[in-house]
Amino acid sequence: MRHILEVKNVTKKYGDFTAVDNVNFTVDDGGFFSILGGSGCGKTTLLRMISGFEQQTEGEIIIRGESMTGIPPELRPVNIVFQNLALFPMMNVEKNVAFGLQRQKLAKDKVHQRVADMLDRVGLQGFEKKNVTDLSGGQRQRVAIARSLVLKPSILLLDEPLGALDRKLREHMKVELKLLQKEIGTTFIYITHDQSEALVMSDNIAVMNKGKFEQIDTPRNLYKYPKTSFVAGFVGESNEFNIRHYTDNILTTENGWRLSKPTLDIQPKKLFIRPEAFILNPSEDLEDIERVDIKVKTILFDGSNTKISAIIKQSNDEVLISLPQNAQFENLQEGDEIEAGIHHDDLKCYP
Amino acid sequence: MKKINSTLYLLLLPVLAWLIISIVVPHLDLLFKSFRFENDDGLMVFSLNNYLAFFEDEIYWLTFVKTALYSIGITFLAFVVTFPVAFYLTKVVAKKYSSFMVLLLLIPIWIGELVTIYGWMILLSDSGVINQFLLSIGIIDSPIEMLYTNFSMTIGLLYMSMLFMIIPMMSALESLDDSLIEAASDLGASKWTIFRQIIIPYTIPGIASGSIIVFMLVIGDYVAPNILGGKSSLWFTEQIYNEFLSTFNWNEGAAFGFLLLLLSSGIVWLALKLTGQKLDRVGS
Repeated sequence: MRHILEVKNVTKKYGDFTAVDNVNFTVDDGGFFSILGGSGCGKTTLLRMISGFEQQTEGEIIIRGESMTGIPPELRPVNIVFQNLALFPMMNVEKNVAFGLQRQKLAKDKVHQRVADMLDRVGLQGFEKKNVTDLSGGQRQRVAIARSLVLKPSILLLDEPLGALDRKLREHMKVELKLLQKEIGTTFIYITHDQSEALVMSDNIAVMNKGKFEQIDTPRNLYKYPKTSFVAGFVGESNEFNIRHYTDNILTTENGWRLSKPTLDIQPKKLFIRPEAFILNPSEDLEDIERVDIKVKTILFDGSNTKISAIIKQSNDEVLISLPQNAQFENLQEGDEIEAGIHHDDLKCYP
Repeated sequence: MKKINSTLYLLLLPVLAWLIISIVVPHLDLLFKSFRFENDDGLMVFSLNNYLAFFEDEIYWLTFVKTALYSIGITFLAFVVTFPVAFYLTKVVAKKYSSFMVLLLLIPIWIGELVTIYGWMILLSDSGVINQFLLSIGIIDSPIEMLYTNFSMTIGLLYMSMLFMIIPMMSALESLDDSLIEAASDLGASKWTIFRQIIIPYTIPGIASGSIIVFMLVIGDYVAPNILGGKSSLWFTEQIYNEFLSTFNWNEGAAFGFLLLLLSSGIVWLALKLTGQKLDRVGS
């Protein structure tokens, strides 16, 4: 597949501060690419460089094989959906969506046709004459996306557009955005600090930290095989331990929990264990498993996502453990003692 | 209906008393006077003669029209001159400097209109700063007559009213999110289009309220036309002044006063109608 966007050695400096540090990546045509990172990691700066509102200090941004250096935002084949959506409050829905087309000096009936088609696509038919200030959060969202997509950009950039919505609507829009992207086939580059948004929607995710990309991978690989301790800690939930030392294939945590972990070729500093990696009451014949006695501290009921907070008896380390979906441990009480097991592969160690 | 307690009424009382005693009553008195006319027998009777005199004497209504046109022109000039300033102060300059700069804008108000006008006289007179400078570098041979003209009057009126245009425009521009400008640019709009389609429509309520204030101030101003305009530039307020204090015809003066009130209100109403603005939106 052709690369629609290539970002080569892009660096952005503000005085002494390096916001984006030598970033390289490519995005495939028609893909849904997310950049995931905490606030201040440089993801918005990167997005603004792709859209042309900022100029990179070094490096090159190439869209459809053309270098974008020195090309202003209004001439780039990308459109952006802003964090606050930036709908024009003095215009109605139709005029908002038509704004970009009118700039291209298209004939009136053609503009009208394309706006109507676009509104139809995002499920806003009949809303043409409504004022944007009278719409709900989700509808405003769709107007903002329609306003950009109607221009048929090569890439649609989305800067945390779901951030302002309430939780329920956000969950809904996640699915809707992914379906919309699949349907129209435009390449989406999506900026977010919410890992669940990124995991649900994306084909590929770049995890960004302090101006650098830590890992670019599919959501599944990012979750299962995080390459760095930052990714392991940032993507999904994890129990994190500092390692005091590693000798004779035995890991010892800060608090003195000793686990066997065969043949590491690095000197580990950090250990991550996913809550779902714990197997409660593992059967005797399971192999390659680290067994440990735990005591239930509290039960964190959350429907299908119920977890327990438990104490490792050996070291007093506190861990979060997911309960299996079946009702097997429904009667677990606070203070209960139980054996847990973790497969050796699920002990993720990082230097 | 919400029940409003009696304390609120009590608090409103001073304001109401002030409004009634100092504004409503004198206006009613003037309105009454404007319809009174001394007939041939020397008796005061009700008549429309005071108003008719305005239409019969050319100089009156010519002054009237001139005052209206100049006021509109000066309001427009005030917008043109101050919009870039307001934009610069809200969108371009760093926040920490902008409040200091706004303070600088306020200085002419502290000094008072009369003093700033004398300042302009020093600048504009035949032997003033500007003429002396132009003479000394040899651009002109004899002083340009700037003082006591429509030009100097316009400058004076513009100068004293600019601030009242800037402040409402700044508050409108401050609420304009920068991302709207970026979004427009991202959608392919040129700088001119952004200005015309985004910034101006967004700022219209501020522009309208600034314009109303400036227009009212200018059309009702007496000091600047009188001192800077001199004899050649008649302003309608001067006619009113003359009726009251030169010819002591208070009845005629009162009629002129109400004509000015009608004129200025009428123009504001028309301007709001033409630009599709509503007074309640402008006021907010």
